[in-house]
Amino acid sequence: MSPDLSYVGKALPPSAPYVVGREKLREFASAIGETDPCCHDVAAARAAGHPDLIAPPTFPGSFTMAVMMELLGDPDFGWDFDRMVHGDQGIRFQRPVYAGDELVTTLHVDDLRTRAGSHFLSLRCEVATVDGEAVLTTNATLVTQAA
Amino acid sequence: MTPAVGDELAPLTMQFTRADLVRYAGASTDFNPIHWSERFARGVGLPDVIAHGMLTMAVAGRLVTAWTGDQGAIRSYSARFTRPVVVPDDDTGATLEVTGKIGALSEPDESGERIARVDITASSEGRTVLGKAVAEVRLPADS
Repeated sequence: MSPDLSYVGKALPPSAPYVVGREKLREFASAIGETDPCCHDVAAARAAGHPDLIAPPTFPGSFTMAVMMELLGDPDFGWDFDRMVHGDQGIRFQRPVYAGDELVTTLHVDDLRTRAGSHFLSLRCEVATVDGEAVLTTNATLVTQAA
Repeated sequence: MTPAVGDELAPLTMQFTRADLVRYAGASTDFNPIHWSERFARGVGLPDVIAHGMLTMAVAGRLVTAWTGDQGAIRSYSARFTRPVVVPDDDTGATLEVTGKIGALSEPDESGERIARVDITASSEGRTVLGKAVAEVRLPADS
């Protein structure tokens, strides 16, 4: 199984909008042990100057990973999903993510290298609102064994 | 107190049990079976079930958000997943210990805002599990 190099340098079509839900933010914050009232209590978030509940900084890692999974699980791409590990992750914000945001993710396949018996795939997600406001960029390296 | 390079942030410790991994799987929608199935994890060469790297990164990030008091102050955050956090199927699970210090501090911009670089160390069983874990944080003029 070998990944398709022709994807490198390409962007996939933008994702369907992901609507950031209050309950999902609360669930995520609780799962990471985050008790900040601005992640749980709308009144507290607004009192702190936020428009709605604010997402913890790694929250975008979850909905962008779901977009990446569509590529990684695509048999045409040829990625050994079962033996995949997450090598690194970066997130850079233009602004925080809030409940109520409707976010579109565009996945870019930046690089694919094979060394020391492993494939290293660099993926970048550009995340913007449905109105085109840039919100954040994620970078991830995913690693899987070369056959 | 004015922050300075070398200042240490209040350390943080969190236990992960299998139940915590299942909970994070649901919250993040990352259902990769290496994070909940021992059979699957061993089948792909891992010693046991391992925590999601993003869970480790999220908990390590709490060190920074607890310090700033504002999730929105984080301008960037990145980490390498250098070693898995192995989570045995018992009541204790694994322990993650997180420390951090201010590695750099920019000069104030025209609004007085500064950027602090926080260098984070996360370890489990006495061994580091994240590499180059760095957050850039906005510090408002009055901090």
